[in-house]
This record gives sequence, structure tokens and C-alpha cells, in this order.
Amino acid sequence: MVRVAIVGIGWYGFKPSVPELSFREMMFEASSRAYMDAGVDPRSDVDAFVSCQEDYWEGIAITDEFAPEPIGGVLRPTFTVAGDGLQGIAQAYMLIKTGYFDVVAVESHAKPSDVESLQEIYELAMDPHYIRPLGVANPFFMAGLDATAYLERTGATREHLAMVAAKNRNNGLLNPRASYASRVTVDEILDAEPAVYPLTRYEIASFADAAVVVVLASEEKARELTDTPVWLEGIGWATEAGTGSPEWHLWGMMPSMRVAADMAYSMAGISDPMGQTDFAEVEDRFSYAELVALEELRIAPESAAHKLLEQGVFDYQGRYPVNPSGGSLSMGVAFEATGLARLLEAVLQLRGEAGAHQLEGVERAVVASWRGPPTRTSMVAVLSV
Amino acid sequence: MSEKEKLPGHYLKSKEMYELPGLVEYRPRVRYRFSAGQAQTRFLEGLKEGKILGVKCPRCGRVYVPPRAYCEYCYAATSEWVELPGTGVIHTAVISYISTFRERMEKPEIVGVVRLDAPGYKEDSYEFAGLFHKLCGVTEEDVKTGRAIGMKVKPRWRPPEERVGDVNDIECFEPVVEG
Ligand SMILES: [Zn+2]
Repeated sequence: MVRVAIVGIGWYGFKPSVPELSFREMMFEASSRAYMDAGVDPRSDVDAFVSCQEDYWEGIAITDEFAPEPIGGVLRPTFTVAGDGLQGIAQAYMLIKTGYFDVVAVESHAKPSDVESLQEIYELAMDPHYIRPLGVANPFFMAGLDATAYLERTGATREHLAMVAAKNRNNGLLNPRASYASRVTVDEILDAEPAVYPLTRYEIASFADAAVVVVLASEEKARELTDTPVWLEGIGWATEAGTGSPEWHLWGMMPSMRVAADMAYSMAGISDPMGQTDFAEVEDRFSYAELVALEELRIAPESAAHKLLEQGVFDYQGRYPVNPSGGSLSMGVAFEATGLARLLEAVLQLRGEAGAHQLEGVERAVVASWRGPPTRTSMVAVLSV
Repeated sequence: MSEKEKLPGHYLKSKEMYELPGLVEYRPRVRYRFSAGQAQTRFLEGLKEGKILGVKCPRCGRVYVPPRAYCEYCYAATSEWVELPGTGVIHTAVISYISTFRERMEKPEIVGVVRLDAPGYKEDSYEFAGLFHKLCGVTEEDVKTGRAIGMKVKPRWRPPEERVGDVNDIECFEPVVEG
């Protein structure tokens, strides 16, 4: 079977606002860097382009049509995935596996600073018949419900959630892409006023403008292009019944991530994720989500993520670093580019190019992302060098 | 509709229909502020000054109006700005007699794509420096007979004090009166 590698990656932004560029110009800047990194010319060397974006975030209907031009995809096979960038990576993986495509580019971008009414867009994602009419003030209630159910189920406490936020906000201080990093302490987080109980503002990631482009290639092509291919060993994704049916959701859990992880692990031949991988970049747009993710990814045993956290296992210096980049809590939520932010950080670590926050001797990583509330969609990838 | 033509059943008045519990009215309230970006910002500033600015690709020489920060053919960053005379020819035009909601409008609307005179434009280029805009002084007959195509036009600018840096700073494109 054809192996698939990441041969280039580029980014732009990761700032609360990128007023100097339009979303198209951000796409061009990120893709220019990715193609430079891969050593390819998109007009002749890239066989297909995948863009991951969603109309309401863009404020443009049929936004697919805006995808090709800034990334070199005009009059070439291009399509859009209305989902997270990691779902686009899965599409690229499959295209390459067919044998018809040697090089595929995946793009995702976010310009939340252009959106004046984020809350209204979240509201639009709610069931129109029996959730929207309730007029519940903050759509992040979903996160609060999840967090409360998680604490109840596992015996974890608010302190543990604050520990996640403190860890990630501090990790980000060494990452140039982490605009929201902060030297905040667990006590400061606990003393802050709750935003959506049990979460304080430190435990809810802010938004960031960002664009990320990834170039993937077949093994043969990858060996031609680079000495440092990062292998995409496995990838999975799944969606639950959930967005429109909160009553049926397994609160405090994320079955979509479990399914996605099992899919990716079976492709990568992983039965013991913590034993067989070195670190993880995972979902953390809310503090509790990182703990949920670690359990669903089978990195921590059920209801035990908070105990390992307490022991420092997931610290930057710990046995199994989780979100050494600072995660979304430090880098911000970049809409559908959030999964690619996690992937970007893992790729840089595996190549030894993470700079000030470089981990030592890492060879295999787990990457996991959720599309965020109110979705019940998750994606997992396994990368190695 | 006459009594004879009526289909069987109970006819709902629109008021009755909209009172059915199965219909939930919802009006989205989404708002955006689109960053124009580097290329577009300069273009809009140009409009305010009564200028049509384009940007040239360093590789293929294509002139982009509206401008882009990159050439979509060469995937090269564009940076050389050129001021266009503003004149051009109608490339294609259309008369619309109905609104978006398909109601017949009192006065038909004539709009078109204007191929602008641009230095270095290659005749067979898929793209040309151009603008989609309203056409005034072009008649329904001009469009129907095909006379409009190729007609020389120029922008009708709004007075400077009314310009805001928006595509409407050009009121419309109108025929150039020869001599
Ligand atoms: Zn060009």
C-alpha cells in the first residue's frame, strides 16, 4: 500500500486579529509558505486541492468557489470540505491512496475577527424548533453541561480543570503562535468569576485569525521532495447524533473521538497509545475537553485523566506531554483550521523544528480535534518520523 | 380561479397557513465586517480619488482589476500598481426585467461586464482587467441587437464629496460620445 507523508506545512496569523490581510491573502501567505517548505509549485506539482471552510464562518454562501484562487488551484481539481482541516487531511490521504494523485494540498483558514456576531452563528447551529426558541443566552452552555457531567462521572474537580488551563496557558509562552499564552496560576483561575460554570474565562479558548496549509505526498514523491517526511500513519473521523439532539448525547464523553481514534489507531497498528506514542496535541478549547479527549483517545484510562494530570504526566516536562504548544487555550480557536493547528504543532515537533518549545527525542504523536460546540464531530491522526 | 377549476379539499388562507404550529419563523441576525486586505484596500482608496487602479503580475504581465495580491495563473505575488484610463468596451451585457424574487420590475436593469483598457493586455487572455457594473445610456435595443457588445464606455463618477471608497463611487459605465 502507498504510504502518505506530510512534506510541507505553512501558516499565517494565529493572532486575535489580522487586519492587514483579507482571508484570501491569508490563504495565499500560508500556502506560499507551505509550497516553499515542500519545494513544490502548486501550478504544476500539486494534483488536487482541498479547502476546509464553512459558509457561515465566511459570511459567503457557496464559499467553495472562493477556495481555488489563493492557493494555486484555479482550473485544477479543487473541492471543499465543510468541516475541520483534519477531515480535509483524511480526504487528501484517500486521494493519494488511489494512486491517481501524488501531491495534494489541504487548506483551512479562519477570520473570526471579521465576524461581528459569533453568538448568532452559534445560535444558528442549534435546532430551530426546540433550542433556538428557548433563547438561551450563551451557546457555550453545551460546554458547561459537558464539563459538569464529566466532573460528576469521573470524580475530577474544578481544580483539575484549572490545572489543564494553567498548563496550556503557560506552555504557550514559548510558542510564537500562542497569542493567548499567560503566566496564570491554578489559584488565579479558580478565583476568577465563572463564565459558564464550572468554567472561568481562562478555561475557554478565545478566537484567532489563522490560515494553515499542508502538503501531502505519496511515499515515492515524498522521498524525492524531502529528507524529513512526516508519515501520516492513520486518520479517522466520526460524527455522533448530537447537535440537534442534546437529550441523547452522552454528556461528559466524546464517542466521536473514540471512534475516530480507534480508526486511526487500527491503521497505525497502535494498541497502547501512551506506550507507542511520545506526545499528543489534542482538543482543549475548553479545559475539560482535554481530559475528555485523553480518555477517549485511550491515552488515559477511563475516569483517570485527572489523576495522571495531577501527577504531572501531561506536563511539558512530563512523561507524556499533552499540548506542549499551549493548545487552543494559548493559540486560540481558528474555526475549521483548529485541527490543522494541532497538526502543525505535532509536525514541527516531529521534525525538530518547534523552536523554543521543542521536545526531545519525539518520534510519534497523536493529533486530535473536535469541531467544537455544538458539533459532535471529531478527528484523530497518528503521525511519525 | 373559477369554482369549476378548484381542486377538492379545504383551501387555506395564508393567515391560516402561517398559524400552523409546524412553521417556526426565524430570522438570522448575522453580521460581518470583511477585511478588504492589501490589494482591495488600495483599489477602494483609488476609487475615492476617481482612479481605477490595477495590479500587474511580474511573471505573465496580466493586469488584475479588481486587484489581487497574487496572480491566480502564475501563483506569484503581484506588486506593480498601474492606473488605468478607465475606458473600456462592453464585453457582455444583460437586461433583467425581474427582481431576485422574480417580480417584474417597473424599469428593467441593464448591467454588464466592462473590459477595461489596460496596458499590456493580451487579447486572448481568459482574464482581463474589468468590472461588473451597471450600464447607463445603453438601451434595451442596444443589448437585444448585440450593438452593446464592443461599445466604448467610461465610468460615470459620483462627485468627489459623495465618494466613500466603494464600488458605487462609480455610478455606472456609460457610452463614450465620439468627437
Ligand atoms: Zn501571472
